[in-house]
Amino acid sequence: MSQVHVQTTINGDNTEFLCEPDEPLLDVLRDRLGLTGAKEGCGTGDCGACSVMVDGRLVCSCLVLGAEADGRNIETIEGMAEGENLHPLQQKFLDHAALQCGVCTPGFLVAAKALLDQNPDPTETEVRYWLAGNLCRCTGYDKIIRAVMDTAAEMRGA
Amino acid sequence: MLDKTASNGEFNVVGSRPERPDGVDKVTGRARFGADMVMPGMLVGKILRSPHAHAKIKSIDTSAAETVNGVKAVVTSADFTADVEGDDLDTMLNCMARDKVLYDGHAVAAVAATSAHAAKKALKLIKVEYEVLPHVTDVEEAMKDDAPLLHDDIFTDGLEETPTTPSNIAARCQFGHGDVDAGFAEADVVVERKFRTEATHQGYIEPHACVANLSPDGSGDLWCCTQGHYSVRNTCAAVLGLDISRLRVTASEIGGGFGGKTMVFIEPVALALSRKASRPVKVVMTRDEVFRASGPTSSTSIWVKIGVKNDGTMTAAEALLKYQGGAFKGSWASLGAMTAFACYRLENVKTVGYDVVVNRPRSAAYRAPSAPMAAFAVESVVNEIAGKIGIDPLELRLKNAAKEGDKSSYGPTHRNHGLMETLEAAKAHPHYSAPLGPNQGRGIACGFWFNFGGQTCTSINIGVDGTVNLTLGTPDIGGSRASMCMMAAEELGIPYDQVRAVITDTSSLGHNDTTDGSRVTFAAGLATIQSARDAISKLCARAAKMWEIPEEAVEWKDGHARPAGPNAGEFPPMSLAEIAAAAETTGGPIAGHNEINARGAGVSFATHMVDTEIDPETGRTTVLRYTVFQDAGKAVHPAYVEGQFQGGAVQGIGWAINEEYIYGEDGRLQNPGFLDYRIPVASDLPMIDTVI
Repeated sequence: MSQVHVQTTINGDNTEFLCEPDEPLLDVLRDRLGLTGAKEGCGTGDCGACSVMVDGRLVCSCLVLGAEADGRNIETIEGMAEGENLHPLQQKFLDHAALQCGVCTPGFLVAAKALLDQNPDPTETEVRYWLAGNLCRCTGYDKIIRAVMDTAAEMRGA
Repeated sequence: MLDKTASNGEFNVVGSRPERPDGVDKVTGRARFGADMVMPGMLVGKILRSPHAHAKIKSIDTSAAETVNGVKAVVTSADFTADVEGDDLDTMLNCMARDKVLYDGHAVAAVAATSAHAAKKALKLIKVEYEVLPHVTDVEEAMKDDAPLLHDDIFTDGLEETPTTPSNIAARCQFGHGDVDAGFAEADVVVERKFRTEATHQGYIEPHACVANLSPDGSGDLWCCTQGHYSVRNTCAAVLGLDISRLRVTASEIGGGFGGKTMVFIEPVALALSRKASRPVKVVMTRDEVFRASGPTSSTSIWVKIGVKNDGTMTAAEALLKYQGGAFKGSWASLGAMTAFACYRLENVKTVGYDVVVNRPRSAAYRAPSAPMAAFAVESVVNEIAGKIGIDPLELRLKNAAKEGDKSSYGPTHRNHGLMETLEAAKAHPHYSAPLGPNQGRGIACGFWFNFGGQTCTSINIGVDGTVNLTLGTPDIGGSRASMCMMAAEELGIPYDQVRAVITDTSSLGHNDTTDGSRVTFAAGLATIQSARDAISKLCARAAKMWEIPEEAVEWKDGHARPAGPNAGEFPPMSLAEIAAAAETTGGPIAGHNEINARGAGVSFATHMVDTEIDPETGRTTVLRYTVFQDAGKAVHPAYVEGQFQGGAVQGIGWAINEEYIYGEDGRLQNPGFLDYRIPVASDLPMIDTVI
């Protein structure tokens, strides 16, 4: 089967690639485009380590085909900071020691940003349920939840 | 050896909470984990795995696979060295089955190809002829006389007489002292119970991954996610017949380990493929492979008996602990037997442990390997006894807690306090006196771990601008680079930001034992402090040279060389940066080194307290509140110590409530994925409070 030609936008950049018809977006990002910030923890949509935004919607990129990116707007962890300036979530994750090994961190940050973009004042329960699709095995989630709540408070105040 | 800094009582850096040196890379997606490495010309490696729990391999035909376009190498056990024995042989056979497959998921062949598509296509064309054998996955079943036998060369170790017939019981061990029968005779109440615990998986989010690049001349590189790249190097060199010095292993950032990344699984396979293809080869496990073919914990069968007087004094304790360690000998039933009663002061105690092989993947370490199962069984009985004699479970533990000077249940005399302090902190904490609602209960339990030291070396190199490189050989699995930088900065008397730590490859620093057994902050910390002191002695010597005074007339204080005493002369303090800038004219580069085999790690005790609510209709258990009280010694970076407590507690919640390996009648793992092997998610949990 021949490869599919895809034109898309990734973190604001016009991007073209060829991919297999059955190739997940995650593999395209990681293996074809060198965007290795999204991680494969399971390949079945259970861990959230590959979270990206497609047209403003939070998805597991292992469950989206590369071909489906055609004409869409993709946002990944690599696009979260503006140049040298970290997004407030990124800084709060550092301040709160909300990462240990860090392999789930890009997925949590993308997912948490998606939450705060639509709900700037979430309760702890709302944060916990929103992030229930992202697995972290190191932290017990405590410091992650605190970092997200603290970011929300700071961004509301700013 | 840490007395100097410990006795100061005052730290500038240690005990603070600075940003971690690897932090920005990890929040921006820049950090490179095992699967993030690419090399020019790299191939994709895939592994064919057994669908059977136990079978003879009658033949493997790879000829059709080799003809697939893009396939560059196919390997089987024939591509590994025959000249290997002992544990290395078991490791090799675990990485690639030779005569028999011993568990569902056991590797039998591997392919390297120019694309994942080609590799997968080739795997399907490999013909393996099996003769399926009866299997056993349960520890009790495997110990029976008529159980299917995994190996014909396992004769139980640790018996008075070595048996003449092979069995699945690899070893027996026994610990204790006193006379348990006499002790139970003194007791007013005796409770005995039997427990089964299922295997769990460490559940690190990053699957095993590596890139191997082995040249036809026998030299090469391996990049992998591991807790111990020196151990990876030594093992891979042994099973591939390579010189250790010719294989350079670099540890990537590691996406969780918890003990599970202390062994090799795919690394020798990737190297064998690379050698055959003369190209770099990347192998990444799928999650299914991680569950089926990495190193989960033992499952166990544990019998516990404890006797107490009516006033709560324990008179005797006994346990029989059977641990299956998967398809190869070497599980740590002994560590379960040693830790089971380590929290208690007992005049009469006996534990017997059995290490048993079954048709499951070879077990690996997981957070104090073998201790949680023993603690679960013992602490459950302790709580039941408290109920029976009508004493508060915390008071019962306070009454029987091991103290400094008590003979421990596993032999040595306890040197450290710790357990009493955690119990007293628990008793005084508001959590303990908080009211409970309907269908709610509060549980407490104690735990023990030895902690280790081990072989470690570090280097400190002073840059000409006065900044410092700290070179470590212990992969950072929980923030250790930050802690090491803090200790180096503390010792050198310079700001934390002036020290940069790097985990280097195996060719650039001497041997370092694996990051395991809670050893790194202690052992690598000790080596870092000693390296810093070595560097300080050289810095002082350089200052002495510049001042033209004897070396012993210079002391180091607050990051500066200073003349020591009135006879040394009058010189203004000279900073590390000033000495570093002049290094070329005073003798060349300035560095400090240290090599140690660290001894004397202090043990660790913990008390955990949890409130849960049961829904009487559905049986659903909700964790409402959780507090960890643990004696960690001096917390170098308290935020990461809290993080360890919190992460460990939640892993325990998962083990207690919903994680387990489920094997079917066919001997195959039924739930090799995060959907069916459910680790706790954020919405399952409350905040986890900690008291260090």
